[in-house]
Amino acid sequence: MQKLLGSNFLKKAIFLAATFGLVQLLIVTGVINPFIMDTLTTICINIILAVSLNLITGFTGQFSLGHAGFMSIGAYTCTIITLRVPTTLGFITGLLAGAILAALVGAVVGLPTLRLRGDYLAIATLGMAEIIRIIFLNLDITNGAAGLFNNNQYVNWFWLFLFTAGTVVLISNFIKSSHGRACISIREDEIAAEAVGINSTKYKVTAFVMGAFFAGIAGSMHSSYFYFIKPDLFGFLKSINILVIVVFGGLGSISGSIIAAILLALISTSLQSIPELQMVIYAAMLITIMLFRPQGLMGSKELSLSLFKKWSSLIHRKNGGEA
Amino acid sequence: MPILKVNKLTKAFGGLMAVSNVNLELNQGELVGLIGPNGAGKTTVFNLLTGIYVPTSGTITLFQDNNQTQLQCLKPYTICKAGVARTFQNIRLFKDLTVLDNVRIAMHKNLDYGLFASLFHTKAYSEEENQLIEKSLELLKILKLHHKKDELARNLPYGEQRHLEIVRALAANPSLLLLDEPAAGMNPAETANLTEMIGWIRKNFNLTILLIEHDMSLVMKICERIYVLDYGMVIAEGTPSEIKANKRVIEAYLGEEVNHA
Repeated sequence: MQKLLGSNFLKKAIFLAATFGLVQLLIVTGVINPFIMDTLTTICINIILAVSLNLITGFTGQFSLGHAGFMSIGAYTCTIITLRVPTTLGFITGLLAGAILAALVGAVVGLPTLRLRGDYLAIATLGMAEIIRIIFLNLDITNGAAGLFNNNQYVNWFWLFLFTAGTVVLISNFIKSSHGRACISIREDEIAAEAVGINSTKYKVTAFVMGAFFAGIAGSMHSSYFYFIKPDLFGFLKSINILVIVVFGGLGSISGSIIAAILLALISTSLQSIPELQMVIYAAMLITIMLFRPQGLMGSKELSLSLFKKWSSLIHRKNGGEA
Repeated sequence: MPILKVNKLTKAFGGLMAVSNVNLELNQGELVGLIGPNGAGKTTVFNLLTGIYVPTSGTITLFQDNNQTQLQCLKPYTICKAGVARTFQNIRLFKDLTVLDNVRIAMHKNLDYGLFASLFHTKAYSEEENQLIEKSLELLKILKLHHKKDELARNLPYGEQRHLEIVRALAANPSLLLLDEPAAGMNPAETANLTEMIGWIRKNFNLTILLIEHDMSLVMKICERIYVLDYGMVIAEGTPSEIKANKRVIEAYLGEEVNHA
């Protein structure tokens, strides 16, 4: 029993189940009203987007400005399918189809562009996202600039939690594997990575495709929860917003991305009461935090129990000194 | 029995012939030195052998267990998989990763578990990861780095960083090891220590080694044969004592004797 409790897997499972149960309880009792639920949904979707972009930019070191493009592929695919099959099964099919389509586009775009480095790659991915947006703007099936309206909301807390936790667990598992280390070695030094037998193109494309897949899931959930999508929602600014979360949390830190997604959503929600100053304060806070913590909130570290112990011992020592 | 045959290898950067018509031959188990004045093209030869540069012309053939591989058109990672590992003149470690990770990454090419196992951390994953750690620690023990396994590579002292690069190259399980100035920046005591270690590694890992070095105490002591490069061409080849007495080599290093008549 002791051994079972000590195992990492069980600890994680208990933590996840407890989080899910607690929020579910708050929803049932009405503490979480529809307004808070909107914020919660935004947070979950942003976590998926940020963690998946962190895999590409933070861990593999490939600067991508096209994440909103992959998101829009998921959003449109899922909406088009749920409009024709208006059931939960239709939604799940649409979500998976959207994710797979986004991954496919990721592979097609990644193979030629991932030969580029740094700013060149950023420009190429930016161009890709714009092309995707223009295509959606001009197709009949996507209803052009007017966008698509989805009558049914299939996303509830259960699906939100399942896909958010799933994304975080799968990507952090990947990072902790030998394949993940191969990706990180490319970020550290591509020439040295190749010299020890890492096929850098293969792992760059792998990370890119995985990131696109999860961005597709995030897009699908966005379209289903917020009813309405149009090409403008997935423009350049959306990609930048995702990148801001990643950089704010720390390139190469999954827990950093999660914390940043939560914090930034809370900040922008609480500033909604002063709309005229909202963006000014938001931007000023970003600048301040980047000045004092240029490596992001978490740097490349992960939140862990040992980190908590370190903090608590620091606080303990401080208190002891005062007494 | 040859393990590596380089035939008329040439690399031109625009009009500059960095390496021209170089022929090298390494036999199984040999320790061969590649020396020459600064800018002679030694590192370029290494970069050609490991696929970082594509040769303008010439062939590189690796012989292994009765089959031969042409290396001149392969990518760096396939050359590494074929059995050639190297270190770099200016250390290229994965600086923000731990010592253990640096070694584990070099073992990745022989990994068996796939993407599915890495996403879901299956049994195959945990078994092989444990093996990886065990093997890495064994290698690190040889160079006495195992107690620093959790330290970041960037925090190691200079000499240990050079050692770690050798461990990382060994982790790729090569049959031919290329060392680019392993003793650069080391004091005489460290160099002597390194000299001993290179000999030991060759014996115990059954390796063939080609090394570039400026420190003649190291080269003359352990190399069985030496190639001398100047202006991209091989100007001499032979045992250390032959090289020491070779007139062209002395000229290349010290300049020609002036005749005061």
